[in-house]
Amino acid sequence: MTDKLLLLGDQAIALGAVHAGISGVYAYPGTPSTEITEYIQENPLARERGVRSDWCTNEKTAMEAALGMSYVGKRSLVCMKHVGMNVAADAFVNSAMTGVNGGVVVVAADDPSMHSSQNEQDSRFYGKFAFVPILEPSSQQEAYEMVRYGFELSENIGLPVLMRITTRMAHSRAVVTVTDPSDVNPVSFPKETSNWILLPVNARRRYKEVLAAQQKLEELSETTKYNSYKKSGKKGVIACGIGYNYVMENISSSDERTVLKISQYPLPVGIVRDMFDHCDEILVVEDGQPFVEDQLRGILDCTGKIKGRLSGDLPRVGELTPDNVGAALGTENGMRYDTCCTVVPRPPALCQGCGHRDVYEVLNLVLREYPDHKVFSDIGCYTLGALPPFRSIHTCVDMGASITMAKGAADGGLFPSVAVIGDSTFTHSGMTGLLDAVNSGANVTIIISDNLTTAMTGGQDSAGTGRIEAICLGVGVDPAHVRTVVPLPKNMEQIQQVIKEEIEYKGVSVIVPRRECIQTLKRKAKKQ
Amino acid sequence: MKKDIILAGVGGQGILSIAAIIGQAALNQNLHIKQAEVHGMSQRGGDVQSNLRICSEPIHSDLISLGRADAIISLEPMEALRYIPYLSPEGWIVVNSVPYINIPNYPEIERLDAEFAKMPHVISFDVDAIAREHGGVRTVNMVLLGAASLILDIEDTKLEEAIGDIFGRKGDKVVEMNVNAFRAGREAGKKQMKG
Ligand SMILES: Cc1ncc(C[n+]2csc(CCOP(=O)(O)OP(=O)(O)O)c2C)c(N)n1
Repeated sequence: MTDKLLLLGDQAIALGAVHAGISGVYAYPGTPSTEITEYIQENPLARERGVRSDWCTNEKTAMEAALGMSYVGKRSLVCMKHVGMNVAADAFVNSAMTGVNGGVVVVAADDPSMHSSQNEQDSRFYGKFAFVPILEPSSQQEAYEMVRYGFELSENIGLPVLMRITTRMAHSRAVVTVTDPSDVNPVSFPKETSNWILLPVNARRRYKEVLAAQQKLEELSETTKYNSYKKSGKKGVIACGIGYNYVMENISSSDERTVLKISQYPLPVGIVRDMFDHCDEILVVEDGQPFVEDQLRGILDCTGKIKGRLSGDLPRVGELTPDNVGAALGTENGMRYDTCCTVVPRPPALCQGCGHRDVYEVLNLVLREYPDHKVFSDIGCYTLGALPPFRSIHTCVDMGASITMAKGAADGGLFPSVAVIGDSTFTHSGMTGLLDAVNSGANVTIIISDNLTTAMTGGQDSAGTGRIEAICLGVGVDPAHVRTVVPLPKNMEQIQQVIKEEIEYKGVSVIVPRRECIQTLKRKAKKQ
Repeated sequence: MKKDIILAGVGGQGILSIAAIIGQAALNQNLHIKQAEVHGMSQRGGDVQSNLRICSEPIHSDLISLGRADAIISLEPMEALRYIPYLSPEGWIVVNSVPYINIPNYPEIERLDAEFAKMPHVISFDVDAIAREHGGVRTVNMVLLGAASLILDIEDTKLEEAIGDIFGRKGDKVVEMNVNAFRAGREAGKKQMKG
């Protein structure tokens, strides 16, 4: 069977995984990775096969569930955005120590230029850190194929495999030719069971094995068809992942440059050395951080032969474009019309009718009476409360940080110390911090603005829906100080009163303004 | 054949259905396609754009280079102007003249009009008004696509076929409404073609 489909990079990965015979996808939403899991949730073959595809509470629980599935011999896919790797890191790094039984592919979607993210971190560092192979497809077709290849690789070498993509791969469509699906693995247990018990005695042995495997991984990178080396002129280009496309966009087929395309790491050391000897200069074109360039230059190479983001030939920050790569290759852009000065920015904003709006409006009203207040917020649609007309919040750092930072600030003497967090973020990693606050009797007022969904990323199920208050009570918040309200303009006075009372209460209080996200509400109405 | 197209608008206006139909038409003709789009943060009432590239030869970059776009198709006038550094000297702007004002410092319409007057190839008209006569605001995209079909080098019958492919699931009535809006947009566009 061959079929041509127009797919997003994310969807190509999703279909590749289904066709590779996965038994589960474990993920927490995050732009630009969300569509992978969403596609599997709707895919007929995945449904027929009963592939597990419900959203996880956070990226760490996702990584661990995948490892459990691998333990019993099945293939599992893990998906997250780049910052999710920070949350999953403990499980991810140690999954290389245990090794895998069924194949594990972890997809990390990086977001250079920070289209929808709080930083530009490059997940390839995690792959190197954990000593696992990294795959970085350059096209949607490669993305589709490399997922299956990744599962085979993972099982052959007994390690998880990291697939690293960036926004333009995740969210760009192209025609993909698909092939016959593989069968699902049967249940089987690991042959070497002590690897899975990382007591020091086992871990020390296992660490040596992982390190010893690195040479094999380098050899695989030299022979894989996904890395290609066209040895030609004295000018060279190393193009990683989608960086390859921008290079090819700018040079003609008769171009004399030596080109090394990299879609699999660790770096193919032998080829890179050969290229270094052969070329007078090498431009490294990689999206994200200068991962390869830094490895090649280190701090000792002062020849000036290696160029890229560190040398200033490419911008140090922001994503690659055909234009900045073109400039580094010496081609002139064809720009005719200058940026139009009449155009002004159009920043994103909370939707009209959104419950978060009512929350901020009334919160501002109450806090006007407390000039020393600070509001520690979190990540989600409600972060837009930082912008006019609200300007209600003072921080947004990482998921879950609102509650813990409010606690720390209260410990340090702040009053009132207020946290604002969404329902999905609360269950992702806010509830553990709530336990800290309860245990130390912190004087904080926590607002869990519950829109019954994970709205920021497009309305995925939220793990704690219907149980937010129960979770707070279970963690130990005094029932008298868990208050639920409905954020609507007509309830402003009542909510104002509730917030005021809870600020004045010396201890942990939780207010849950609850009203469904108007986007999911609209979508439901459309369906009916 | 090669067409590099920038689709622009404000989050929620639905530029992606235009991309889907042009993409489907290109797929039906076995052309190569790349279409980069924006999801996430910027959708919340912010500016959104999509780079759509179709070509008879394989396409490398997902993004269009500065000065190379053959067309900017925009549901909103200021959003069309945001991308003019990408427009090729002979490129077309196909634009809805109705502003979407959700920011306090939106420029005066006259200043936008003056910018369009400087450009050699423009199709600009009140797309909303035509849409209201043909199924309502939901068909705004199809009206604009109809006007764009005048300069896309894809036969209009192929685009209509693609509308059928994309909306087919929703029933014949919906397909018919969208095809009618497409045709009305094409007629309206003919009258407004400048260049
Ligand atoms: C570690 C991590 N994972 C995922 C994300 C992506 N992300 C940002 S906000 C958000 C959802 C927030 O949902 P919720 O807290 O319910 O707020 P809402 O957007 O619904 O208002 C997600 C998944 C992230 N920024 N960091």
